[in-house]
Amino acid sequence: MSDLSFHGYRRENGRVGIRNHVVILPLDDLSNAACEAVANNIKGTLALPHHYGRLQFGEDLELHFRTLIGTGANPNVAAVVVIGIEPGWTARVVDGIAKTGKPVQGFAIEQHGDIETIASASRVAKDFLQAASELTREECPISDLWVSHKCGESDTTSGMGANPTVGNFIDKTDAMGVTNCFGETSEITGAEHLCRERAINKEIGDKWFATWQAYMDEVIEPHKTSDLSESQPTKGNIEGGLTTIEEKAMGNLQKIGKNARYIDVLGPAEAPERGPGLYFMDTSSAAAECVTLQAAGGFAVHIFPTGQGNIIGNPIEPVIKVTANPRTVRTMGEHVDLDVSGLLRREMNLDQAGDALIDMVVRTCNGRLTAAEALGHREFVMTKLYRSA
Amino acid sequence: MSSKTPDFLVHDERDGVGVVVVESVAAGDNLSGWIMDCDKTISLTVNDPIPLGHKFALQDIGNGDSIIKYGEDIGHAVTDIPKGDHVHVHNVKTSKW
Repeated sequence: MSDLSFHGYRRENGRVGIRNHVVILPLDDLSNAACEAVANNIKGTLALPHHYGRLQFGEDLELHFRTLIGTGANPNVAAVVVIGIEPGWTARVVDGIAKTGKPVQGFAIEQHGDIETIASASRVAKDFLQAASELTREECPISDLWVSHKCGESDTTSGMGANPTVGNFIDKTDAMGVTNCFGETSEITGAEHLCRERAINKEIGDKWFATWQAYMDEVIEPHKTSDLSESQPTKGNIEGGLTTIEEKAMGNLQKIGKNARYIDVLGPAEAPERGPGLYFMDTSSAAAECVTLQAAGGFAVHIFPTGQGNIIGNPIEPVIKVTANPRTVRTMGEHVDLDVSGLLRREMNLDQAGDALIDMVVRTCNGRLTAAEALGHREFVMTKLYRSA
Repeated sequence: MSSKTPDFLVHDERDGVGVVVVESVAAGDNLSGWIMDCDKTISLTVNDPIPLGHKFALQDIGNGDSIIKYGEDIGHAVTDIPKGDHVHVHNVKTSKW
């Protein structure tokens, strides 16, 4: 299967995307209305409203810029219109995206007002959209693909079926030169000793452990009021039979398979720089925050194993749902892209489930809409590290 | 693959708990299980109704004992748990938070 290929859009910088969005990107909360107006004027463009971008500072501001620039730079995006309240920070996002070589133009609202800005930005958005519509897919080796992974509304069937299926996918595609990424710093708690051992070497394992420890020291310890039993596992997890964070973590780690070793630890929204392989990204375990950061890191398609049935999607990175829970398939099957509940009935084995997932990923890359895309799920959620100034 | 569909699964032969993978398990039901890592079949009678995805004790577990799943420690019992009883947040607590 190492000659596996898919049909994608090769961008100016060589990266390959599987969708062809023209994004109307607000720098800040104030510019959401103008971006949504432009997207309403120019049918087929995509506004990405969000809540932040004012009076942020330090590491939190850097993450804000990295997330916006990374989102615009993602190879699933053909071109970007950026709108901000003022020109300085708007230019910073435009310049960051422009490094990819893709078309990008910024507009500032101050001294123009919404209406004039919307008119000017709409003209550019129309040109970008028509140019993007003429781009064609080309055959690309599977090694051009970047895949992110995160599970949600997990239950015990996640650890028995859906997550090991993803693990089988990662073991197989790691060997084909695919770039894979997992995250969810808090949810490794209880299996941190095992995760540390899955690094390519001691240096990277220590780097991972320092990331996990920093999360425990800087986020959990200062903010917890009793313990985290009310949040981790979640109510949905507990309903599904998961009892403790350790049990959830063991199930979570099934996602990275048995053989693959992670080769680097990325900060939130950071792009991999060590070539093909498995990466860990420091993220929240909240689904939309995590996938938004991974998409900003440049990942083109997301695999989302679920137990009780998380329905998340992302506006620019298609999210493929995999479940082994037969009740979830029965009660909310419209959200499920791949049903591997046969694993629990001994009707299929992990090798077959992993192959079925590879097939579903290739079909999705070639253009098949995921359940979340068809249902209009576009959760775009910025991670904020602390209060604004 | 086996012709018999299992009622519960066990990840690892060392595990003290099994996970129900069918709906509507009632107290007193005799269940057949599959130990995944060594491909063995076992059977056991449960004392409680066990929802899909929930665990029950494969052996008597004492107050304070570790709960083993995936061959790993996933928390500890906060009361004695007889073989066949439902194992969940009412009788097990994390050792982490």
